[in-house]
Amino acid sequence: MDESRPIFIQITEQIENDIIEGTLAEGAQIPSINEFATFHRINPATALRGVNRLVDDAIVEKRRGIGMFVTSGARDRLVERRRAEFAATYIRPLIVEAEKLGLDIDQLAALIRSERIES
Amino acid sequence: MTATVVSAKGLTKRYGSFTAVDAVDFTLEENRIYGLLGRNGAGKTTIMQLLTGQLFANAGDLEVFGRTPAEHADVLRRMCFIAESQRYPEDFTPAHVFKAAPWFFENWDAEFAERLIADFRLPVKRRIKKLSRGQLSAVGVIVGLASRAPLTFFDEPYLGLDAVARHIFYDRLLEDYAEHPRTVVLSTHLIDEVANLLEHVILIDEGRILLDRDADEVRGSATTIAGARAAVDAFTADRPVIGREGLGGLASVTIDGRLDQAERIRAAELGLELAPVSLQQLIVHLTGTDLAGSTEQEKAA
Repeated sequence: MDESRPIFIQITEQIENDIIEGTLAEGAQIPSINEFATFHRINPATALRGVNRLVDDAIVEKRRGIGMFVTSGARDRLVERRRAEFAATYIRPLIVEAEKLGLDIDQLAALIRSERIES
Repeated sequence: MTATVVSAKGLTKRYGSFTAVDAVDFTLEENRIYGLLGRNGAGKTTIMQLLTGQLFANAGDLEVFGRTPAEHADVLRRMCFIAESQRYPEDFTPAHVFKAAPWFFENWDAEFAERLIADFRLPVKRRIKKLSRGQLSAVGVIVGLASRAPLTFFDEPYLGLDAVARHIFYDRLLEDYAEHPRTVVLSTHLIDEVANLLEHVILIDEGRILLDRDADEVRGSATTIAGARAAVDAFTADRPVIGREGLGGLASVTIDGRLDQAERIRAAELGLELAPVSLQQLIVHLTGTDLAGSTEQEKAA
């Protein structure tokens, strides 16, 4: 866990990533609160807070007495939201650093293209 | 709906002219894990001794499970206090301690104690005065966990315990707490190790409460800004500064408060480095000598 940010947010993001990457398929059951807590060595209340944010966003639903499951359409909604945040999270810092190093927009685009080919 | 287990108002303890606990107000809610943190001599142990009826307060109101703790057997029976250097009768072995434990703790789980004894590889037939410091600590940790008391205090429970044994303690505490929720107060100097276990943090300094917040709020609530002195000073001018270091033209300033996305971008454009502050670093800043204890009082004012 990263010390700088609230852990419940990191729990939320990790489950979101698992859904986006397909590790957790739609309809799949996610681990229980106590499993999250003991695995990450965190307080169960923190794990609950992280998972509840997904329940609020209807990414995960609780089925009483059974457990928590990924809702249908969860992946599409997460991808859509991540795309909306992409510019602020990744592009803006990239441009700031590029300007600091004197790279113009064409050089930056060329760098992105070459990275893309390599990977 | 959570119930209040402990309620303290104006709680004060003096030893002669020295005030160990200075009119503190706080509450402990049911089924949470608290960190009671602070430097040596800050008043942590005194507070725990007041709560467990081992000391009498000079002033203030204190209720534990709705009553004054001292002289109420039903309140005392629901508490377990594991002291840093617990004393046991002469010639006692750990086996004797674990045999006597159910007389004091009605929730005592002998099977759980057996598992813990195996985890810690504790020689139960050896006389306690022949045990190593770490083994002695293990006895206390096992009593604290297996007693499952509704209100359990661990006061620096692991002197001499190695890193493996400490992690066994954290893992078993979390697993058992998840299955049998209860209120736990953990007092320790190893803040980085326990930070993620805590739901709430109470920081004590010189007998007063410096910080009383949910651990999630505390985490990431401070930021260190480093870079050219002029830029750092300009950026931090109107913010609550809790720590300041400098080297030549460079400065590193720690502020209380989160930075939003726009502020982070502005900092990056000014060429400033932003670094997170761990709970332990924050506490060093708040209880250190340089700018100690200005934040929470300012908020209260």
